[in-house]
Amino acid sequence: MRKSHVVMAGFAMLAASAVTMAGPAGGTVSGKVTYEGTPAKMKPIDMSKEPSCAKMYSTPPVAETVVTGPGNALGDVVVYVSAGAPDEAAPSTAAIFTQKGCRYIPHILAFQVNQELKISNEDQTSHNIHPLPKLNREWNKSQPPGTPPISEKYDKSEFIPVKCNIHPWMHGNFAVLKNSHYAVTPDSGAFSLANLPPGKYTITAWQESYGEQTQEVTISGSETKTVNFVFKAKPY
Amino acid sequence: MRNINISKICLSLAAAVLLVGIASAQDSHIKEPNVSGHADAGKPLYYRYCWGCHGARGDGNGENAPYVTPTPRNFVQATFKCRSTPTGTLPLDQDLYNTLVRGFNFTNMPSWAALTAQNRADLVAFIKTFSPRWKTEKPGDPIPIPAEPKLTLDSIKHGGELFQKLECWKCHGQEGRGDGPSASTLTDSNDQPIRPFNFTTSNRSKCGRTNQDVYRIFMTGVDGTPMPSFADVVKPEDAWDLVHYLRTLQYNSPSPELALWMSTKEGHDIVEAKKVYNTNTGSGINP
Repeated sequence: MRKSHVVMAGFAMLAASAVTMAGPAGGTVSGKVTYEGTPAKMKPIDMSKEPSCAKMYSTPPVAETVVTGPGNALGDVVVYVSAGAPDEAAPSTAAIFTQKGCRYIPHILAFQVNQELKISNEDQTSHNIHPLPKLNREWNKSQPPGTPPISEKYDKSEFIPVKCNIHPWMHGNFAVLKNSHYAVTPDSGAFSLANLPPGKYTITAWQESYGEQTQEVTISGSETKTVNFVFKAKPY
Repeated sequence: MRNINISKICLSLAAAVLLVGIASAQDSHIKEPNVSGHADAGKPLYYRYCWGCHGARGDGNGENAPYVTPTPRNFVQATFKCRSTPTGTLPLDQDLYNTLVRGFNFTNMPSWAALTAQNRADLVAFIKTFSPRWKTEKPGDPIPIPAEPKLTLDSIKHGGELFQKLECWKCHGQEGRGDGPSASTLTDSNDQPIRPFNFTTSNRSKCGRTNQDVYRIFMTGVDGTPMPSFADVVKPEDAWDLVHYLRTLQYNSPSPELALWMSTKEGHDIVEAKKVYNTNTGSGINP
């Protein structure tokens, strides 16, 4: 009798540990985003109207509408789980958006619904932050140099262009997403979405000029599935 | 018989209210009369007077819209220019009502002072049915506007310093003529070209002519346009100084601020030079 009790207890412990181990492991969807064709050449930005920013660059920076890397890689592509994962509460850390050298850093900021967005101005000139949503509320705030960061949040999932009216070359994007499974590709075009519990997922890749593409993938355990995206480059 | 009696009463009431409406239209700061609006009553009025520009669905896509600049307001998105509430928040009913009475200068939106106060209140109620935001969100808290302090030369001078420091001139130009370095590239939120307000033309800014209206304009921003809100970066007492300075830029519109400024030799010379040459470069005097 005692032995069976020990055996039962042992099984119970094993089962319990198996349940706790399956959580953090999960599956991974990883891959690469590339383009085919010839992308438009990005034009250098003329900042002569804002000398305090122009002097920060030895060569003028180029527009960031399309960011490419070696091997036809596409950077600044937001890859995220658009279906199959539950909505998640926003993390407590803020998403940081910086104005520096009369540009937005990063060019595309991905964060979650209701997550705090903190915008700071590190330049010597005033900027106005003017995100242009269609679903969320549109606001427009002035941010002179030396003023504290602006704190905001969005309650709907949306891709929102951001601009500064004073400096018309400044363009950025907010990707407000519903869960934590997202990545913004670097110039290598590579992405990895980890910790996905078993299930069927729709993965969406979004590039600000080339639009969206989706693919379906199924995770059954802790395997890594490869999903690649190829965008058709626009000549303009 | 009963109906005729009631309609007679309504007509006389409407006439009385109409007179009140027209009289107070001269002063754009209007107290909302004691009427509550009903969307059902506003609906036939909208489809009689408004939908030609604002569209059958209230989204600014009326049949006149392609020929109109700036484009008619999209009520579905519920972004409004003239509010007493902070940027990004919904306006008060009073704000929408005042807009109907005033119309928008330099646009195709006329003053609807010719309608009765009840009509305007009903229209406000109906316009609010186009956007789901009114169901889930309350209007913002109106910004506090402290009493206007005494007008002094120091206030005007300090306002001038703020005009420089806050870089208003980047769009509005050094003399407020709407010709600043960033002015020619400005677009509104529909990607239509838009010009900043030219203070020298008049004091008929879109959201009203009183000092309180000017205060409200830069402290709540003009949503849907490049004009941002300065509420987070300007203290209320400093804001009044800026209002006083802006009035001295409006040299074609008499005001106590302009009179005080012109009572000094410096102010007098600058304003007279502006009037003669009517250009920045021609003035010969650096303000």
